Amino acid sequence: AMEDVSAKFVSQKISRTRWRPLPAAALQPPDLFATGSWDNEDNRISIWSAGDLGNAGLNGEYHGEPHLLCDIQHDGDVMDMQFLDQERIVVGSSTGTITIFCHHQNNQTLSADHRWAKAHYHVDQDTSCAGAACTGVVCNNPEIVTVGEDGRINLFRADQKDAVRTIENADSSTLHAVTFLRTTEILTVNSIGQLKIWDLRQQRNEPSQIFSLAGDRVPLHCVDRHPNQQHIVATGGQDGMLSIWDIRQGTLPVSLLNAHEAEMWEVHFHPSDPDHLFTCSEDGSLWHWDTSTNVSEKPSFLHQGGRSTAYLSHSTMNQSVVCAWLSNDPTKDRMEITNLIPNQTLSVNSLDVLGPCLVYGTDAEAIYVNRQLFA
Amino acid sequence: APLMDTVPPQVVPGADPSARQLCFAWGPAEVLVCETLFGRAGGSRSPCPSRSPCPSRSPCPSRFWGEDRAGAAARALTGSVAGTGDGAPSSSRVFVVRRDQDIYIHTLRKLFNESHGIFMGLQRSEEELAGKSRKAQLVQVSKNYRSVIRACMEDMHQAAVSTRDPALQGQYSTQVSILSAMELIWNLCEILFVEAATAGPLLLRLLDWVRLHVCDVDSMVREVLSSESPSKHKLFWNVVDVFVLQGRMDEARHLLSKEASANPASMNMYKILDDLMKKMPVPSLGNTQTLTELELKWQHWHEECQRYLQDGTFASSPHMESICKILLGDEDAILEKKELMTTWYHFLVTRLLYSHPTVKPMELRFYAQSSMDLFLGGQSSPEPLDMILMAAFEFEMHQVIKECSIVLSNWWFVAHLTDLLDHCKLLQSHNLYFGSNMREFLLLEYASGLFSHHSLWQLGVDYFDHCPEFGRVYLELHIERIPLSTEQKALKVLRICEQRQMHEQVRSICKIMAMKALRNNRLGSALSWSIRAKDAAFATLISDRFLKDYCEKGCFSDLDLIDNLGPSMLLSDRLTFLGKYREFHRLYGEKRFPEAARLLLTLMTAHIAPCSFWMTLLTDALPLLEQKEVIFSAEQTYELMRCLEDLTAGNPDKQKIQDDDVETTKVEMLRLALARNLARVIVKEGTVEGS
Repeated sequence: AMEDVSAKFVSQKISRTRWRPLPAAALQPPDLFATGSWDNEDNRISIWSAGDLGNAGLNGEYHGEPHLLCDIQHDGDVMDMQFLDQERIVVGSSTGTITIFCHHQNNQTLSADHRWAKAHYHVDQDTSCAGAACTGVVCNNPEIVTVGEDGRINLFRADQKDAVRTIENADSSTLHAVTFLRTTEILTVNSIGQLKIWDLRQQRNEPSQIFSLAGDRVPLHCVDRHPNQQHIVATGGQDGMLSIWDIRQGTLPVSLLNAHEAEMWEVHFHPSDPDHLFTCSEDGSLWHWDTSTNVSEKPSFLHQGGRSTAYLSHSTMNQSVVCAWLSNDPTKDRMEITNLIPNQTLSVNSLDVLGPCLVYGTDAEAIYVNRQLFA
Repeated sequence: APLMDTVPPQVVPGADPSARQLCFAWGPAEVLVCETLFGRAGGSRSPCPSRSPCPSRSPCPSRFWGEDRAGAAARALTGSVAGTGDGAPSSSRVFVVRRDQDIYIHTLRKLFNESHGIFMGLQRSEEELAGKSRKAQLVQVSKNYRSVIRACMEDMHQAAVSTRDPALQGQYSTQVSILSAMELIWNLCEILFVEAATAGPLLLRLLDWVRLHVCDVDSMVREVLSSESPSKHKLFWNVVDVFVLQGRMDEARHLLSKEASANPASMNMYKILDDLMKKMPVPSLGNTQTLTELELKWQHWHEECQRYLQDGTFASSPHMESICKILLGDEDAILEKKELMTTWYHFLVTRLLYSHPTVKPMELRFYAQSSMDLFLGGQSSPEPLDMILMAAFEFEMHQVIKECSIVLSNWWFVAHLTDLLDHCKLLQSHNLYFGSNMREFLLLEYASGLFSHHSLWQLGVDYFDHCPEFGRVYLELHIERIPLSTEQKALKVLRICEQRQMHEQVRSICKIMAMKALRNNRLGSALSWSIRAKDAAFATLISDRFLKDYCEKGCFSDLDLIDNLGPSMLLSDRLTFLGKYREFHRLYGEKRFPEAARLLLTLMTAHIAPCSFWMTLLTDALPLLEQKEVIFSAEQTYELMRCLEDLTAGNPDKQKIQDDDVETTKVEMLRLALARNLARVIVKEGTVEGS
């Protein structure tokens, strides 16, 4: 419900918002998130407290807007950002530099722990070397994979000084995003509508599989994999279209869903409740895709606002629901789609979901936290 | 700079940089250059002719009691200059004039972003509602704007309190004063213009306005109320007076009751005063009483007060007597409390409350003027803020906007206020002798300021969209100046242009990005940018680079792209050729020789391949001619021969001399291979037909 959303204007355009991951077996909802800014003369990484946890009432409602715990200057636009663990955040910059920032929770400070300068770069005609924007970062502690406008794929380890592996010219067009498929395989999307699988165990500098949009080869901007059914992959394109792929078969997407009116910047399956999916776009909207409604025998607790039960016990049901994403006509009374931001005009650049909580950031220099997604 | 030698020393006619300082400002299509006194000792003048210079007076000696917020605001307003120098004033002779100084204040970004949302909501809300509900809607919009100003003020105040740097603290405090003045003016405009309160409710609104903005006495009130026995406090009567002057009767009576219980001797006197205060008729917001009823009641009450005063009921207590005089609207008695009111407009509202509670909007101007004259008493001249409020009381909307434009160092205020007033249909009749109308002129100025900012340019787009006459042109000129630092940013700018069918700008952005990619040897990216802009010429250029690379290295780079061109292959002939030629290589690699041969031939006969590439294609035919199996038919072989002869005949001898040997050998080899193939195919075809 919209009344559970708290907003804060932060005087910087937000390019990324990320919840701090919860420790294993944590029962409480997430409380801390990080943001990165872009297109400011002085860009920053900031850590926020989601709101006043002490004020949580009996019904679980929260009060208070997010408040800043600490921040640190960042060189260049924050292009992508991912928590490596509870303390460390990996940030990819428009300057091509990858930085690991550490959040010291005892004294609420941030520090730059490690830096790979110009991990992404162009060699121009005079063979001088200039940084190229990093466009995507993904972590699987201790491994870090980054992609960039230079078409390079870098594999780092948090504890090693140099890149473990670099695939030069992995893509002739711009790589827009990357995610892990399995521990040794990654997925990338690029600006000519391709989805590629790379097997990092193989020394060949070529993708093990290429999937492609038919027709106009619309650029793909974001990618996420179903948390439990690894063959199901969602991507978002420049035309705002949501594509669902089954990487076990064919080279074309299983379904194309008309969604936003402009670039889809991020797509995320709910990590523990993957029949819910969230997308945000340049057109200023944020959509909640819900395939759980088609299961008639579905227990009703999800809608009664039992926040912690909803996302803890739900994983048992995934087997029955999961095919909803792959059905031939998912639009037909199988999916409930809600725009969570009516009347927004400027781009929603980033979103993150964890437990019952959603955080997103916009070009209108505001961050929003919704703590009762399923209420 | 070497350029300076060739340029005549006097660039601006009439201006002499060696004698006077120059300043300049970027316009959407032109540069404004003019002389300025800015930065000279004592000369803090507005240099930009688009704004009239504001008189720079030395701050007048504080005629206010205590540190008055509105007074501080008035001083801040006088001191502000439209433009600011980027360099050190003493050393530099040229200054960059900033269109909108306040755009660069970090804390105000909240104001710009949040009000952008309200602005957009107002534009969307177009007149589907009529009459009362429309008015309620507009009042709500006005209140939303004000609450954003207040929130910003709060943040700025927090910043001022928490900083230790005195200079910064001063800056923040000045901003608080300016924001406070803006909100004061906006609130008055909301009452008079947007809500257009009528006689009766008008007074109640003005009372709220005064109570909200005269907060300097708040600390005194708190001090007295929190003391052990308020009635013993030396400021006790001051606080009672403040309540009475602001019409806060219940609070005044509550306080007085403490005095009465502490001082039983005056009990009777107190009871009478308390009764008078309780009975005072006030206008109601609902329609429960008519104005005539109110006036009648008020007359009775007034006479009653008069009686008590005349028979000396309060003679033994000067404090209570003065309160009774105030209740009677005695100007001298009210003016005695000047220091508790701090401003002439508080005096005005108090005067109206006790003398003319049913004042009509159009009568305000007389009372306002005389209140100001009485209050200032000829001792000091009115400040800009006073002039603005006076113009509002006179219902001179254009004057209000003009004065605000001159005095404030931002366009935010006038742009948004004017837009709101325009939506209230209050500005229709007024056309400027330049540009379109005032609303559009001010919105253009504000949005241009946003575009000059490193980050806020995105907000400007929507403002330009709502300027029907010149918005589009402004947007076109401004958007081309946005630096495209990353592809992501370029995509955002591109989206803005595509949504508005700005084809010229779309092409130019894609070309810039394609050129960048080309410089970085990212042929694939370069090609996808030119495909997006449907730029055939550039696609041809890039295709040639691909082909050149192929000729040099003997293999294709960026196969992932070339193999997946899809329909975009048709964008340019050269791109089609590139795609088809690559297809030939694929067919050849897959040993599908007859198909490969057919394709190769078509590339030449259908003139898809550029002539310069024919020799390469013919050379590619060699291994096919040398296959064990015959691949080219007789007819195809003749066509190949004709291609070869066309090529060699067409070439002037001069060019051939350079690589004579290689070229001649190639041609000879080809002729030989073609002849042998022809021989084989004749035999083969003869055999097949014969059987």
